Amino acid sequence: MDIFIAVLSRIAKAALTLLAIAVLNFFLLHAAPGDPAVVLAGEAGAADEQMIAQLRERFGLDQPFYVQLGKYVWGIVQFDLGYSFRQGMPVSQLIAERLPATLILTLTAFIISLGMGIWLGVAASARVGKASDSLLTTLALLFYATPLYWAALMAVLVFSVWLGWLPAFGFETVGANYTGIARVMDIAKHLVLPALTLGLFFMAVYMRMTRASMLEVSQLDFVKTAKAKGLGGAAIRRRHILRNAILPVVTLAGLQAGQLVGGAVLTETVFAWPGIGRLMFESLAARDYNTILGVFIVSAAMVILFNVITDIVYRIVDPRIGARA
Amino acid sequence: MWKRFSSNIGAMVGVVLLFAVIVIALIAPILYPGGPWQMVQRPFLVPFTMDAYPFGTDTLGRNVAAQLAYGAQVSLLVGLVSTLVALLIGVPLGAVAGFYGGLADEGAMRFTEFFQTIPNFALAIVLVAIFQPNLTSIILAIAIVSWPPVARLVRAEVMSVRKREFVDAATLAGLSKPRILITQVLPNTVSPIIVMASLMVATAILLESSLSFLGLGDPNAMSWGYMIGAARTVIRSAWWLSFFPGVAIIITVLALNLIGEGLNDALNPHLSRKGRA
Repeated sequence: MDIFIAVLSRIAKAALTLLAIAVLNFFLLHAAPGDPAVVLAGEAGAADEQMIAQLRERFGLDQPFYVQLGKYVWGIVQFDLGYSFRQGMPVSQLIAERLPATLILTLTAFIISLGMGIWLGVAASARVGKASDSLLTTLALLFYATPLYWAALMAVLVFSVWLGWLPAFGFETVGANYTGIARVMDIAKHLVLPALTLGLFFMAVYMRMTRASMLEVSQLDFVKTAKAKGLGGAAIRRRHILRNAILPVVTLAGLQAGQLVGGAVLTETVFAWPGIGRLMFESLAARDYNTILGVFIVSAAMVILFNVITDIVYRIVDPRIGARA
Repeated sequence: MWKRFSSNIGAMVGVVLLFAVIVIALIAPILYPGGPWQMVQRPFLVPFTMDAYPFGTDTLGRNVAAQLAYGAQVSLLVGLVSTLVALLIGVPLGAVAGFYGGLADEGAMRFTEFFQTIPNFALAIVLVAIFQPNLTSIILAIAIVSWPPVARLVRAEVMSVRKREFVDAATLAGLSKPRILITQVLPNTVSPIIVMASLMVATAILLESSLSFLGLGDPNAMSWGYMIGAARTVIRSAWWLSFFPGVAIIITVLALNLIGEGLNDALNPHLSRKGRA
């Protein structure tokens, strides 16, 4: 029952945050250069006063500020994110078409970076002070300093251009018309480089964090007890230390899901991956503010949703968290 | 403290690298008085073929070495100033929240949490796109997305310091609350702030380069991210145009991270060295 109330209040809080972001979005949209009515009229090829006044009326731009704000926020609640005049369709439809590709990319990158990060972090912590630990830590430092779009470009250069192992761009082979398993394999092939380069930076973060956390927990008393009981090093690491050390890493990973979505803008741009990040990049060049802000609010919503899920999973997995809150 | 810092090999490597980048940024106008936009040779000159242009030339025959040197100016400037602005927002907010507690704390922390929830790179993109790309908007956008961790850190530090005895002593001595906060409490929170700030400069440089890569850089300033973005389409034929600016970014960011970790070890000696990554 407690958990039920906690979950409900968490969802309410998330909804409030989203509402606040919608309001922020409204103000940003109004700060964007160019009167929307003038821009629209210009695009229709008839920028005379009468046309502009008509457009103002039609889109409610002549109404008081708070009425516009209310309408905008109400629209967002109903998934109405405005209209993209550049692409000639509603922003919500544009985003819905592109969202699956982004979800596939970010989830794959997330799983790879978290899995590899934890694995390498545990490996490094088991070899503290040895050459292999230094090598792993140095690599993590390097990846941590590497801009992910640059890593992506270099990966294209090496694995697509020079070695010819993997496709350099796109979601699937155009015109191949694969179906079933062949299509899945084709998409997977296109996914390798984007997911790996997007995950690289985060893998470094999680590895450093896991290593530090493992070393911290390994100095606690219950580890000594386990040693005194006669358990072997590997068993202690896996069953006692890792279980406790992994919590802060997963918390951080949940919080950083947002950065993964941001990073997707860069990765999708390099690989021409047809997701919402690429959509944002295209809209930047066209100064299509409705779409830019639409992608922004959808990515914020994705992050909030992800945080809520992490939070709820936590309360169920670790009862201590529920007791604190 | 200096002794602990200087005995840390990583930190010293960082200092040397950063020093080199700073020197290059400073002497760029002397080395290349023509500026980074001047066309000096035929386009697509391969690196290491002419001594005068060790890193080759770009698609318009501009000197890549000159571009790299001027790019260092922009990276360091944006990294430093945006971090200072972020500190100007985060330190007062965190200090007031931690020192006064109650409603001020509640309000400040909700505000901070809200900003932490928003995906920060996406927000930076939106801000720069709307307020038009130039150095001011880029610096402000980076500052706006990077202050929340500062506020949280300062709040936590202030909360622990304000319970110490010397704060009670200052109260007994008749000092006003704001004065105690500024002259007694805040100076005791400086070292963790310095550590965080050095790491923030590194993150800010990465953010700036990512924005310029997407075409949201200041059109009048040569930047490493812009160089990579512009070279993206010719990567098959001219790899060096993307390669060298990336290396420059890695060196600078790595140097700052090494320094930050070295400072952390030197300023917080109670944490065991091997206890952290």
